[in-house]
Amino acid sequence: MMDFGFKLSPSSAVNLDTVDRARYDRLVQLVPDARTCIDCGSCSATCTAAPWSGMSVRKVLLGLQRGRDDEVDAMLSKCMLCGKCTMVCPRGINTRQLILTLCRLDRKGEVVR
Amino acid sequence: MVNRTPVIAVIGAGIAGLEAARQLSGLGYEPVLIEKAPAVGGHVAEWNRLFPDMAPAADLLQSLEAGTSGIRTHVDTEIASLGRLKDGYSLILSNGETLLCDAVLFATGFHLFDASRKEEYGYGIYDRVITNRDLEQWFNTRHDPRVGKPKAVGFVHCVGSRDVKAGNKQCSKVCCITAIKEAIEIKEEFPDAEVYCFYMDLRLFGKKYEDFYIRAQRDLGIHFIRGRVSEVGEAIDGRVVVKAEDTLSGKPVKVTLDLLVLMAGIVCNPDAQHYARELGVAVDEDGFLKSRDNLGAVIESSRPGVFFAGACTGAKTVPETLAEARSAALAIHQYFNKRR
Ligand SMILES: Cc1cc2nc3c(=O)[nH]c(=O)nc-3n(C[C@H](O)[C@H](O)[C@H](O)COP(=O)(O)OP(=O)(O)OC[C@H]3O[C@@H](n4cnc5c(N)ncnc54)[C@H](O)[C@@H]3O)c2cc1C
Ligand code: SF4
Ligand code: SF4
Ligand code: SF4
Repeated sequence: MMDFGFKLSPSSAVNLDTVDRARYDRLVQLVPDARTCIDCGSCSATCTAAPWSGMSVRKVLLGLQRGRDDEVDAMLSKCMLCGKCTMVCPRGINTRQLILTLCRLDRKGEVVR
Repeated sequence: MVNRTPVIAVIGAGIAGLEAARQLSGLGYEPVLIEKAPAVGGHVAEWNRLFPDMAPAADLLQSLEAGTSGIRTHVDTEIASLGRLKDGYSLILSNGETLLCDAVLFATGFHLFDASRKEEYGYGIYDRVITNRDLEQWFNTRHDPRVGKPKAVGFVHCVGSRDVKAGNKQCSKVCCITAIKEAIEIKEEFPDAEVYCFYMDLRLFGKKYEDFYIRAQRDLGIHFIRGRVSEVGEAIDGRVVVKAEDTLSGKPVKVTLDLLVLMAGIVCNPDAQHYARELGVAVDEDGFLKSRDNLGAVIESSRPGVFFAGACTGAKTVPETLAEARSAALAIHQYFNKRR
């Protein structure tokens, strides 16, 4: 392709009319408390893997609702299932269980593992 | 002081005025209620069900009205002028009557922010944009063609509050919980609808308010998006397109809605400012009446003999308003005891 010296970046805007929340919807059927996240960030602040991997339960939950599946999967692969995040969550969400459940779902929300 | 029952002019017959009048009469005084509107009840008469117990607003008003049935009440009446006398006050009413009284209680409440002033939200321009007040009315009457059978509904927090450009830097305190209450009611009415709340902070300070939030999240799947709506436009089919930033992910978001509800804020009542000036009573920088102090004397003005109750000094919930009305009645009682 000819190089004109500039490129178009895809829009980073999230269109909530079309975003696919199938995986999130399935997750919250299986772990209903996941919906009560208040984005406090305690989970990411305490996460053993966060400092070098960017893992964040908060961002996983948000990403699922905004159609950012690639980022979600990249984060999930870094989790060591240590469970520290579960100990600090003020909403009492079983975040470790949430991660395990999520790892069993494909992007359409089907249980595959 | 003369040896007769002291008369107290109660300006405004919302819940603050009604409850204070009931208490004053129980303490042996003669309250006179002066209400500008054709009926008593104030804003609560416009609401449908009240947080935190979802009790019908009509039930509360019924009991307040029953408690004030014997009390002299002027509805549809304004105050043409107010004057200070040596030992009391003289009020000339719009019906021509002159009322001489020994103390004045302001229960003049608040005004709901005029949402059409935030033009970017399209109230009065687009058909699908309504206010918190319109929605409460719809719950009461079920008549409002703008509501229809929505499949996507949004709530905009802080409309005309926390907004220096709108002239109100204060938080209206009750609209976060009202938005969540109304979002739950909408979701119960239209279970298939997607419901979004656009907030800057969620301020859910009161008893059971957090329970509403958790229920809205977990049981009803209401979406909470942290970001202030920047603009609203109309799509070709008449639906509205809302734009905001999802500040938690740092990305712009856009959503098309069938109904957008603006949470208009609680702002000061200019009448109260006007009367306060005539009586030589201080007004605060937010436009509300200024309490003698904000810890121990919220219901006292800067002048002995002039008292406050309810939302005339700032945003209040119903229980706070009722508690202030009772405490104002007691303060008035102590005021007369000291003068005796
Ligand atoms: C959308 C919304 C929903 C709400 N829902 C709830 C809820 O569910 N639960 C809850 O606890 N709280 C709720 N609130 C708060 C509640 O409305 C207030 O606490 C309450 O209205 C305060 O009562 P008030 O008597 O002080 O003032 P108001 O209700 O404003 O009454 C003031 C009265 O004074 C009269 N008046 C004003 N000026 C004059 C004048 N110059 N001369 C004569 N009369 C005058 C007015 O006509 C009115 O009747 C809600 C508020 C809003 C905005
Ligand atoms: S369980 Fe995973 S996400 Fe939670 S603290 Fe441990 S590594 Fe981090
Ligand atoms: S600690 Fe819990 S509530 Fe806080 S961001 Fe993480 S999952 Fe959400
Ligand atoms: S109570 Fe909530 S919606 Fe109302 S002004 Fe305060 S922060 Fe905004």
